[in-house]
Amino acid sequence: MATRGFTGRPRTAEAARRLPPGQYQTEDFPVLSAGPTPRARTGDWTFTLKAGPKPVAKWNWAEFNALPQTKLVRDIHCVTKWSKFDTPWEGVMIDDLFEAAGIEPPTGFMLAHSIDDYTTNVPVEDLVGGKAMIALRYQGAPIEPAHGGPARLLVPHLYFWKSAKWVDGLQFTERDEAGFWELRGYHMRGDPWKEQRYTDDP
Amino acid sequence: MSDAVATPPATRWRAATITSIERPTPRIASVLLQVPLGGYAAGQHLDVRLTAPDGYQAQRSYSICSPPGAALVELAVERLEDGEVSPYFHEVAQAGDTIEVRGPIGGHFIWHPQDGGPLLLVAGGSGIAPLVAMARERAARAPGMPALLLYSARAWDDMIFRDELIGMASRDAAFRFIAATTRSAPRREGDYGRRIDATILHGILASWQQVPARAYVCGSNRFVEAIAAALVDGGMAPERIRTERYGGA
Repeated sequence: MATRGFTGRPRTAEAARRLPPGQYQTEDFPVLSAGPTPRARTGDWTFTLKAGPKPVAKWNWAEFNALPQTKLVRDIHCVTKWSKFDTPWEGVMIDDLFEAAGIEPPTGFMLAHSIDDYTTNVPVEDLVGGKAMIALRYQGAPIEPAHGGPARLLVPHLYFWKSAKWVDGLQFTERDEAGFWELRGYHMRGDPWKEQRYTDDP
Repeated sequence: MSDAVATPPATRWRAATITSIERPTPRIASVLLQVPLGGYAAGQHLDVRLTAPDGYQAQRSYSICSPPGAALVELAVERLEDGEVSPYFHEVAQAGDTIEVRGPIGGHFIWHPQDGGPLLLVAGGSGIAPLVAMARERAARAPGMPALLLYSARAWDDMIFRDELIGMASRDAAFRFIAATTRSAPRREGDYGRRIDATILHGILASWQQVPARAYVCGSNRFVEAIAAALVDGGMAPERIRTERYGGA
């Protein structure tokens, strides 16, 4: 059903190819978060990998920066409808993180934890195989606090709330445990190409 | 993390009929919709979808301004330069037109009367939209509960809901409404004619003599960052501060 009188913006073939349904392209980098921006100092920052309640590996800021660093340029898609093309990130691939910890994923699910107690759940298969990283740099510079610095999870093929800001840990869970927004009406997986925005989206 | 609210399945697209569009300020279209939403909470938003003749669809989210239980759902659509959906509401849409919506959406930036107070609401520009729903809900169901709404806008005539909020404050001593206009002089005693900074905010809170149980801050990212940081600096626990940010930096 067409909306009377609505034509929309002129659309390029490239935008049509790269924009998931319901998204629009933006050039700036909007910020969305549930509360104040936490004040994280890299001197206090640690990253903990856990299997259930049990810590498997822990890195401080210097140790984490000494892990192999990889660059990824990806399109990102926020559930609030904006998409941004070709965002350049640098950080530690989740594959390299697991290798450094000497761990094979013991379960199929993970929960990302942030210093402000934010959590979000991501299946392991969305994190491995070159798909995701713990990003430390954006556009060649440390990530600004409002955008999740010092470190944020980057899972660019899922809606961007899955790319937890201020991340300080990943935890294997037995089941797919809902995180912060997933408990508040948002989808458990969040694939933008399937438009999995809200809980009951297929 | 214990405050999660189960959101009912509300995400099916449904037709909504525009019953009227008013222009409370030059930049705002106040859109009233007839749509059976069922219940919603103050602070929640709707997704709006428009479809072009070639099948292309554009979606945007708009906070609900009307309080829970209102007969019509009110959205305040700010006209954005180079916008795609907002110009439709400002230039094309008229009463009787049908659009698609889904919702209500959002389980965090919401307030129920049973959440209690004192309640601090801080709005920048069109960030007033979800906060006016909370102020209206409080006036209807929790009058007497201490609440303070601090509303920053460019000019006095850019303040959506201004007269309603002044009236609300004049009828209820427990509700304070303070306006800050960044490009025009203050109009009332207690208003400010400049940008809200930490000093102003701390002064307002000290003279209010209430300790907010919760603060809701909505506006541009720059505005929200400044206000939330000032609240934290003033001693408010970050988990008591809920934010919603519009648009870019």
